[in-house]
Amino acid sequence: MHPPRSETVQGSWEHFPHQADVGVRGIGSTKEEAFECAAQALTAVITDLGSVAPTQSVPIVCEAPDDELLLVDWLNALVYEMATRRMLFSRFNVRFNDHSLHATAWGEPIEVARHQPDVEVKGATYTELSLKQDEEGRWVAQCVVDV
Amino acid sequence: MDLNLLKRRGPDEWHISPRGKMRVPGVIYASEALVRDMDEKVYEQVTNVATLPGIVRASYAMPDAHWGYGFPIGGVAAFDPDLGGVVSAGGVGFDISCGVRALRTGLTVEDLQPVKEQLADALFHRIPAGVGSTGKVHLDRHEMDAMLTGGASWAVGQGYGMHEDLEFIEEHGRMTGAKPECVSDYAKKRQQDEMGTLGSGNHYLEVQQVVQIFDAEAAAIFGFRAGDLVVSIHCGSRGLGHQIGTEFLKSMVMSAARYHIELPDRELACAPINSEVGQEYLGAMRAAINCALANRQIVTHLVRQVFADLLPQATLALLYDVSHNTCKVEEHVIDGTATRLFVHRKGATRAFGPGHPDIPPALRAVGQPVLIGGTMGTASYVLVGTEESMTLAFGSACHGAGRSMSRHQALRQWHGRDVVKELASRGILIRSPSMRGVAEEAPGAYKNVSEVVDAADDAHLARKVARLEPLICVKG
Repeated sequence: MHPPRSETVQGSWEHFPHQADVGVRGIGSTKEEAFECAAQALTAVITDLGSVAPTQSVPIVCEAPDDELLLVDWLNALVYEMATRRMLFSRFNVRFNDHSLHATAWGEPIEVARHQPDVEVKGATYTELSLKQDEEGRWVAQCVVDV
Repeated sequence: MDLNLLKRRGPDEWHISPRGKMRVPGVIYASEALVRDMDEKVYEQVTNVATLPGIVRASYAMPDAHWGYGFPIGGVAAFDPDLGGVVSAGGVGFDISCGVRALRTGLTVEDLQPVKEQLADALFHRIPAGVGSTGKVHLDRHEMDAMLTGGASWAVGQGYGMHEDLEFIEEHGRMTGAKPECVSDYAKKRQQDEMGTLGSGNHYLEVQQVVQIFDAEAAAIFGFRAGDLVVSIHCGSRGLGHQIGTEFLKSMVMSAARYHIELPDRELACAPINSEVGQEYLGAMRAAINCALANRQIVTHLVRQVFADLLPQATLALLYDVSHNTCKVEEHVIDGTATRLFVHRKGATRAFGPGHPDIPPALRAVGQPVLIGGTMGTASYVLVGTEESMTLAFGSACHGAGRSMSRHQALRQWHGRDVVKELASRGILIRSPSMRGVAEEAPGAYKNVSEVVDAADDAHLARKVARLEPLICVKG
């Protein structure tokens, strides 16, 4: 199943420095988009995002008492799916329902020669964790991930 | 770090006086140059740890301390259960019991030369390394629980390595008090195919050469002479430990209010030792320690198989196996009284001094070997625990060089292939599935390991015994 075009991520992602590890940040016009972009930033820690074909879909559901904890749960759910399915993901669709998150991640099995994955993410942390709107009203979702 | 924030108590000892909610002082052991280079976040994290319930004596930072999560990496803190002390999933970290073991090969560098390339290729081929790699050992539910209870001892029972190895592993290769029933099915599933794998990031397998001896007496007891070949293995509890860390961080963040614990940073997530969550975490964390010990034991077995094919005269006896990210129950003297404490070492090595009963009899007279991993282009060191170390920081020392540059910066500065070529020209063979990974781990992205080790030696945390330089490095 391929992600529908209308659901393609529109926001942006970036990494921010942490001495030993990496900070992932997603920026979007909605909270959902910020979560989707943070997930892209997570994949970009491991490999070139453009090298991952979104050919297989995996459903993900998580629940947490607040949105910041939910962000960490979301990224950790992806870490878990990457580790146990030996896959990488490049496209994401996130929907919220109160304190739960319902998402689809699209990706493909890891091919070491092609993806050149440099490091596995051990887990998303609460360090530099925040979810807020910036001055322009864009949602920014971020935390440091342990590699 | 701004030196004005600290009081200098010695050439390599810096104090942070208790203020605000700090229950004890902060103490940093490092040279002036290393302290100056430390991130302000280390200061913040050392002081935050000092606010946790039941902390005794001080919140410590080792010479390689850098910005971690909750605790600094290179942080040591001990808690007294009778004073409401806590156990912290953040204080142990994600890679539970990540550590280093060193094996004496009984060979010299001359023996290696004719087969060096072949050995590098065979080690790379035989020992699974890097993202997505799987081991040949697949555990069903029953075997998984046996491994989580038995550690390296379980692995030896399965035919991985020798019974003599166990004596030279912390906890004799088996951490007691492990509770596999406290480890989630998610964590077990994540580990199912990962036994006997190195992992990625800063994990490695190296063939090294002893290039310098600093302490002849200790070196003789450790069986090291200049020119000797040594194998070092750096890896941890793999996916199982990561998942346990992830799950208990969340449950401890959520239970903190219930236990009236005020967290200055959510990453310091902790629970009273004498609480349900605290006890469950200890049971799971100890199971993860066993997983790491079993993992390094299986990797050791694979290394021995490779050597048996190419250099059959190699003996490969275990010098020692140390863990870096742990919480262990130890007895330390507090105000003249022997007290049972829960000592957290996050990116720090246990460094017990001579005579300690937990050190194997063959090494007890001189102290515990302290194995310090460097980078693939510089050096590693073997140190030995000192008597003073027991009173300085609960018998602890540094664990490595520590990064000075983020992975992102390193990736912009170096190309993996150039790093491999440059190191090859210096006689160091690198084997890795990922050139991006090699670039991120470029030697230049780390602090000077010699400076860190000198500071540990000067502060009497541990004494230098030998310097080892890499000849072959398999990088995850």
